[in-house]
Amino acid sequence: MIAFREVSKQYDSLIALADVSFEVADSEFVFLVGPTGAGKSTLLKLIIREELPSSGKVFVDSLEISDLPASRVPHLRRRVGTIFQDFKLLPQRTVFENVAFPLEILGLPDHEIEKTTKEILELVGLEHKTNHFPTQLSGGEAQRTAIARAMVLRPEIILADEPTGNLDARSAWEVMQLLARLNNLGTTVLMATHNMDITSSLPHRKLELQKGRVVYDTKQKGTKSKTK
Amino acid sequence: MRNLSRLIKIAAQRITRNPYHALAAFLVMFLTFFVGGAFVLLSIGSNTLIAYFESRPQVTAFLKDDTSPEKVKGIQNNLAQTGVVSKTTYISKEEALKIYQERNKDEPILSEFVTAEILPASIEVSTYKLEDLAKAADILENEASVEEVVFQKNIVETLNAWASTFRTVGGGVVAFLLLTAFLITLIVTGLNISLHQDEIEIMKLVGATAGYIRTPFIFEGVFYGLLSSVVATGFLWAIFTWATPALEKIFSGVPILPTNPLIFLYLLAGEIVVGTSIGVVGSLVATRKYLTI
Repeated sequence: MIAFREVSKQYDSLIALADVSFEVADSEFVFLVGPTGAGKSTLLKLIIREELPSSGKVFVDSLEISDLPASRVPHLRRRVGTIFQDFKLLPQRTVFENVAFPLEILGLPDHEIEKTTKEILELVGLEHKTNHFPTQLSGGEAQRTAIARAMVLRPEIILADEPTGNLDARSAWEVMQLLARLNNLGTTVLMATHNMDITSSLPHRKLELQKGRVVYDTKQKGTKSKTK
Repeated sequence: MRNLSRLIKIAAQRITRNPYHALAAFLVMFLTFFVGGAFVLLSIGSNTLIAYFESRPQVTAFLKDDTSPEKVKGIQNNLAQTGVVSKTTYISKEEALKIYQERNKDEPILSEFVTAEILPASIEVSTYKLEDLAKAADILENEASVEEVVFQKNIVETLNAWASTFRTVGGGVVAFLLLTAFLITLIVTGLNISLHQDEIEIMKLVGATAGYIRTPFIFEGVFYGLLSSVVATGFLWAIFTWATPALEKIFSGVPILPTNPLIFLYLLAGEIVVGTSIGVVGSLVATRKYLTI
């Protein structure tokens, strides 16, 4: 599903990723762990082509992301849902409107948008908050709204960048349960986090980054190496 | 079509949420179209005025009292042979009196002591081209029966010079204002783009195409251009309609204002085309420059 082949990313003199190679299979749940500045967010940005690699290749299925014409990037992003620590909700739109937004962009008819959005909001347990604005939501509710928006186009992949970073422990677990449920439904999930409580208590694969390099991958147990 | 209405809605929301930007853009464009439209209408007025004077008898030869009809005929033939004269009209003493009385009908005291005998007969001459007036005047001055020759060469030439200067200055002012309106549209759209960076980022993340992100900004530009051109033309129509009767009195029937109501429709169409174009081009340039997709 996702493959990185000797990918490096450099910003002027700063090396964000160095010679990173790994693969994520269909329906897999992978934690990207590592300290701040390890390159987790950069890695996620490369998958949705918010950034281009300095060298190497990134694949989503058979699509090589660097070769993708700019006009096809929106289509890629409709296949990959994204969730962020700061939720990235539109403050002037209600919960319903935020979740319905990707469907509007697709030009779907109103009745279809309404039906799909209601289904997704029920799935994330926000059916009673449809007319609330983001400022009227708790952190957990805001993140569930963001997850609902990421799910509404039924993407094959969900990228989550520190989705529990701004949440209390209870809300964080609610979000994790939701992501796990999505994964059980067949969605590939790649989640960047440095919340060790979560990663250590769940059995999913862990990919550890340090200073832009993959130093540990539980798929290849016992290969942990120290970054020089 | 569905997306079109959604994009219009996004543009409308942005306009209402940033009323000061919208007002600034509207006022500058309104000023541009108001001044531009006024120059256009006054240019049409100056052309009408020149045409009016050109259509009037341009050389008047006052005849001596003993001039016979045969001599008048002879003078008219001499003028006709030059090929530059478009029309000659003989005004007898009686006709001159009638004209005098008509012009002074509101002040009978002026007509009371004037008789046909006092007024001279005359020949009024029009030429096809203004530059031929002097030639016609020369011929008339050489006629023994002609007492005096008066011609309006200077009036028309002065008017022409004024109209030409007016058009040049007006054109310059309008070009300057159009450039200002274009730059204001560009700046307002650029400010809007920076104000909506978060929204744009989210739109990109959820798979919006470049066209979907750009179009509401273009619609905003079109809205400013359209609204300002329509309101400016409406103001011009109201002002000219209100001012025309008073000005017609002052200029004693000389037509200096456009009287054909269709002119305002043509002006409206022209201003809408220009306004919309400035809105489209200004916002398009801004989205190309400031919007990275």
